[in-house]
Amino acid sequence: MKLALISDIHANLQALQACLTHARQQGVDQWAFLGDLVGYGADPTAVLDEVMDLAAQGAWVLRGNHDEMALHPPGASNAEATLGSQGAQWTHGQLTAGHRAFLTDLPLTLSQDGLLLVHASADRPDTWRYVDGESAAGRCLDQALAQQQGPHVLVGHVHHQALYYRGTGRHLMKFDPTPGLPMPTPVHRPMVASVGSCGQPRDGSPRAMYAIYDRRAQKMVFHRVPYNHLDAAAAIRRAGLPEFFAQRLELGR
Amino acid sequence: MKLLNPGHLIDGFEVQACLHAGGMAHIYQVVYAPSEDGTHRAAEFPMAMKIPRMTAGDGAENIVSFEVELQILSVLKGPHVPRFVAAGDLSRLPYLVMEYVEAQTLQHWLDRRQTLAVSEMAALGAAMARAAHSLHQQNVCHLDLKPANVLIRADGSAVLLDFGLSCHAQFPDLLAEELRKAVGSPVWISPEQVVGVRGDPRSDVFAIGVMLYELATGELPFGEPATAAGLRQRLWMDPPPLRKHRPDLPEWLQEVVLRCLAPVAADRYPSAAHLAFDLTHPSQVKVTERGRQTEGTGFWTHFKRWVRASGMAYRPSPVPVQQIEQVPIIMVAVPHHDVSDATLYSLREAVARSLGIRPGARLACVTVISPNLTSSTEADKGETQVHRWHLSRLQQWAQPLDLGGHQTSFHVLESGDVAQALLRYAEGNHVNMVILGAATHGVQMQRVVATVPIKVAMEASCTVILVKQSLPFERLAEVAA
Repeated sequence: MKLALISDIHANLQALQACLTHARQQGVDQWAFLGDLVGYGADPTAVLDEVMDLAAQGAWVLRGNHDEMALHPPGASNAEATLGSQGAQWTHGQLTAGHRAFLTDLPLTLSQDGLLLVHASADRPDTWRYVDGESAAGRCLDQALAQQQGPHVLVGHVHHQALYYRGTGRHLMKFDPTPGLPMPTPVHRPMVASVGSCGQPRDGSPRAMYAIYDRRAQKMVFHRVPYNHLDAAAAIRRAGLPEFFAQRLELGR
Repeated sequence: MKLLNPGHLIDGFEVQACLHAGGMAHIYQVVYAPSEDGTHRAAEFPMAMKIPRMTAGDGAENIVSFEVELQILSVLKGPHVPRFVAAGDLSRLPYLVMEYVEAQTLQHWLDRRQTLAVSEMAALGAAMARAAHSLHQQNVCHLDLKPANVLIRADGSAVLLDFGLSCHAQFPDLLAEELRKAVGSPVWISPEQVVGVRGDPRSDVFAIGVMLYELATGELPFGEPATAAGLRQRLWMDPPPLRKHRPDLPEWLQEVVLRCLAPVAADRYPSAAHLAFDLTHPSQVKVTERGRQTEGTGFWTHFKRWVRASGMAYRPSPVPVQQIEQVPIIMVAVPHHDVSDATLYSLREAVARSLGIRPGARLACVTVISPNLTSSTEADKGETQVHRWHLSRLQQWAQPLDLGGHQTSFHVLESGDVAQALLRYAEGNHVNMVILGAATHGVQMQRVVATVPIKVAMEASCTVILVKQSLPFERLAEVAA
């Protein structure tokens, strides 16, 4: 099985299509979408149509916090409305009943043959904790193992790519993967992989992020895919969404 | 796993004789198992299978280092490692099948070191340095170089074995851990490895230095420390000069070996390619006090370093490829006929620019002369004179360059085929960048055949800078007028 892991698409159709094309060229035979399909971006319905299509053919799809926000946007009159929740209002208005039903039915986690997929952390998935360091990754792994899941946990949510692995020591250690270079991920060695964000990279490079997990070869490779991010930013401006969302895509921050 | 009998089948391989029964693993000669019709698939090369010895009582380290070796050997390429064939599933049946290299370990040369000429020691050192550099270029540091892990082929080239403690900068390092323990073999381990640094190519330079020291003197520079304090000694201590053991050794060899063994990595050769360069060009080694001394470093120097070293602790090192690209070997081809002053000036400017952005770079100034220049004149005397004339020309050319801190050497090559000579020299010395004039070396022929610069640019495996000459000097006056 060659599994493509795509997370945090955030309604960025251009980035999604670039990653799908790239992954197909790599011979991917299974898809997993780790949540946050919508929010921030200008094309929630087109992205959902694409993902629903793949889900009908067997793709695994999880729910993220932005998907939940799009279903139940915070009140518009709320004085504490953040940029994110403004976007959620707009997204909510775009979705059809079919889209909403699809999002409502999505699970928070998926466990399969030594793999645990989750949007945020396996440590109480419904509270959307960030796996953003060695200790957070450690708690995520401990929870997965305690529930007889894993030992490979694949997560999104943080918008950065990283691999947390266990060597001879007891604790997880962070490793910054080199894009495009397959790394050994033997099935007996516990790890937590943060696959990064397809539709809103935040590490200073606008290129889309995703990863491929190759079960047979026991290797994992993190990819960076250039896409037309200027088009995606222009679409955000056309939709009248906050300017900051557009700038983020242009800068990758 | 207990010893296997010949004829035992494992995943398509048939076990033959046991070649080695070490503490960590058994190594067997293997062939492909016979297929159903009884025919043997012929292997392209002899193969060996390594099976770790693991019993219930074995620590995790044994299996982890086997896992490290499997990960790294399976991606390494080139003539300086055994070719990878296959690996067994670690959780089911761990084994590793690789090329069986017919060669002697370095121990063989250590055993007969009394009969070794200095040139043979240098050749062995250069072979090890080239092999190590080839790993570093693939982002791998060996970190456990020692005589048992170095094979020398009949043609003099080296093959490195046993990657169980190695580090691949682009893979998670399974042997790194929070405690930052020393991982390596006590005799050859570098000072930075003692404090837990893994991934500095200069650690391998250090280990090669230890082996050269033993080849040359029969002594181990730091003995065989058995305690942590004994290991830390190399963080501040210079070993006794080689010439204290053997006064007949040349100063340049001592200079080279002691530079490999400097306690601080920054004081060693910046890359294994630089080391190979010096070992293959002894006459170009710049001998300092380090090479001349016959008495060891004094108490006070050691004491001061000891104080400083007591605070020395783990520090992450940059990725090997980045690190060795910071210290390129730059080669400039200086033509000796059909060349204008303007071209020579532009070449010098280009060299100055390249050296300017790479403070650790080394410079090799090369000129190629035709063999009949020397052979037509009267034998040996004529040859050295011609060479000397060209050498001093090269030195004059380089005079205006600010070469402070840059190791520089001058070479006169003899060949009828200039491009081929330059290419071969660049290849043989791991040159990272060739600088040559765009319209020198045969400008009249440019339209008819590929000229020297075109041929070099197309065939070199490194970066080539073709320098256009600045405005000819004679026209500067016109412009000014």
